[in-house]
Amino acid sequence: MMKKNKHTSLGLTDDDVLAMYRTMLLTRKIDERMLLLNRSGQIPFLVSGKGQEAAQIGAAFALDTKVDYVAPYYRDMAVVLHFGMTTKELMLLAFAKEEDPNSAGRQMPGHYGQKKNNIITGSSPVSTQVPHAVGFALASRIKQDPFVTLVTLGDGSTNQGDFHEGLNFAGVHQLPVITFVQNNKFAISVPFEKQVASENIAVRASSYGMPGIIVDGNDPLDVYQAVKKARERAINDEGPTLIEAVTERLSAHSSDDNDQLYRTVEELKEAHANDCLVTFANYLEEVGLLNETIKADLQNEIMNEVNEATTYAEKASYADVRTITDYVYEV
Amino acid sequence: MTELSYIEAIKTAMYEEMERDEDVFIIGEDVGAKGGVFRATEGLYDTFGSDRVIDAPLAESGIVGVGIGAAMYGMRPIAEIQFADFILPAVNQIVSEAAKIRYRSNNDWNCPITIRAPYGGGVNGALYHSQSLEAMFSNQPGLKVVIPSTPYDAKGLLKAAIRDNDPVLYFEHKRAYRLLKETLPEEDYVVPIGKADVKRTGEDITIITYGLCVHHSLQAAESLAEENIDVHVLDLRTVYPLDQEAIIEAANKTGKVLLVTEDNKEGSVIGEVAAIIAEHCLFELDAPVKRLAAPDAPSMPYAHVLEKEFLITKEKIEHEARQLAHF
Repeated sequence: MMKKNKHTSLGLTDDDVLAMYRTMLLTRKIDERMLLLNRSGQIPFLVSGKGQEAAQIGAAFALDTKVDYVAPYYRDMAVVLHFGMTTKELMLLAFAKEEDPNSAGRQMPGHYGQKKNNIITGSSPVSTQVPHAVGFALASRIKQDPFVTLVTLGDGSTNQGDFHEGLNFAGVHQLPVITFVQNNKFAISVPFEKQVASENIAVRASSYGMPGIIVDGNDPLDVYQAVKKARERAINDEGPTLIEAVTERLSAHSSDDNDQLYRTVEELKEAHANDCLVTFANYLEEVGLLNETIKADLQNEIMNEVNEATTYAEKASYADVRTITDYVYEV
Repeated sequence: MTELSYIEAIKTAMYEEMERDEDVFIIGEDVGAKGGVFRATEGLYDTFGSDRVIDAPLAESGIVGVGIGAAMYGMRPIAEIQFADFILPAVNQIVSEAAKIRYRSNNDWNCPITIRAPYGGGVNGALYHSQSLEAMFSNQPGLKVVIPSTPYDAKGLLKAAIRDNDPVLYFEHKRAYRLLKETLPEEDYVVPIGKADVKRTGEDITIITYGLCVHHSLQAAESLAEENIDVHVLDLRTVYPLDQEAIIEAANKTGKVLLVTEDNKEGSVIGEVAAIIAEHCLFELDAPVKRLAAPDAPSMPYAHVLEKEFLITKEKIEHEARQLAHF
């Protein structure tokens, strides 16, 4: 007996949900490869999004990549993949090579930016991207250019002033911006209850004149539905939305972090039981779209892509040291 | 030819740029119907409407951050910080974001924002409405920091800032707003960013300064001329990055250099000017480089006598310049 199909009623085709799964799996495989490269001393740093692929692809899939902009944060590999960054480009970023389109090897991995794919350049101080996204939304209002901007961040980042200043501005001016918080329940080592005084993140929206919505961040379809609706509101000039996707962080904060210092084995086990890659694969199997053969083929195809990208990036050149002062200002 | 005050020159520059380019807009506190607390945006709200003269919520990081976003999209925001003293909540946006956007994206993105901030004392502004904060932004590659000293420069530098494809911090001296008046040409012009300007030629000593201190220095020079001390005055105009060539030339011209700033002495912009002179002009110098600056007190006190003690005046410059001339 096949499970009730949930995606068709959301307007998603079978190919759509398989594409979502593919990006999730690709993200996971790139992430795992980067960890191996880091542990074998080939790349200095990695910040993982393991466990958050469902939230990311659900949100990105609900946007129009041709016109919409994203201001991602450092775990958003699935978002930027969906917006057009390639596996090869992500590996070039990891290896800090000249051909890295994000920064030519200037920024750490996870610091995305690619104008041709509407990915807004980001930095390390958290939440600074929130007012930027609001600025894009303001520009769309002033210039009457119909597009939506989605900004993402983690739960801890919602304590920063820029989060509140940005949301308040968006609320006052009712701008077409979606603030998408991936609540993985940890800000590095500090758990949610020691970070956030409100019962959840979504409730913070009530101060800023916009709806605040909580979704299951481990279910890409739930996320998709909420972001789709928020996009419709935004594009129809009905104002901004805050969405909180409750998800899991299945990795340490970064390659330099040891999460066993602050998470118990039981907690981690519980988190892994919610691994979105497994639960979404189960869903696709239950609705008859995925089986072991398709999975194996997909896995092979993706591993080839990851291997090729790794080899390419490893062999690629670093930027010439004489470029160190290039592009400080316009030339 | 019209005579304009320093603040009218600023307002006119914004008006003309908004007329010229529909991507230019203003965002700040009280810039709308009120026309700004100093009235720098007076009338612009009525002319260009609430979409292009935006009263922002009272939150400086938000004002600059939203401006940066709009600038990355391709607009040309002019963000007004009500007083330079209140720019500090926006430092992360200015230094971590605006200044680094072009560099960190390897020229993929850029950030053509202009941030205006009234600075300086002499208006009973006390500690938090009087400060000169240019030094803390003057070691941030990616940023440009300009400070006009005359209505002509105020207009031309602001136009250049708005048209610049990189972020420009534009500090305007609030005491200069209605003190300085000048007849300006009717036609469109810009003052190039990064170029210092000789405001007076002289043979005996060189004063290098910027902002309102240029005005005080020129007045001092007039008085000193009566004593047969011929003063050369170089106006930096852009305090970051500095016009090294002009500084070296001005220092070498007389061999005696007085550096003047309204900012606290230690760590100020003129310290960097002194370093440039030390590196390049040692054998041309006839006297040690002299610095005249505010005392190293945190900020300008409110009481009139204390405020005056803190400020640079024509008399203080005269005194220092005379000593240097007679060295």
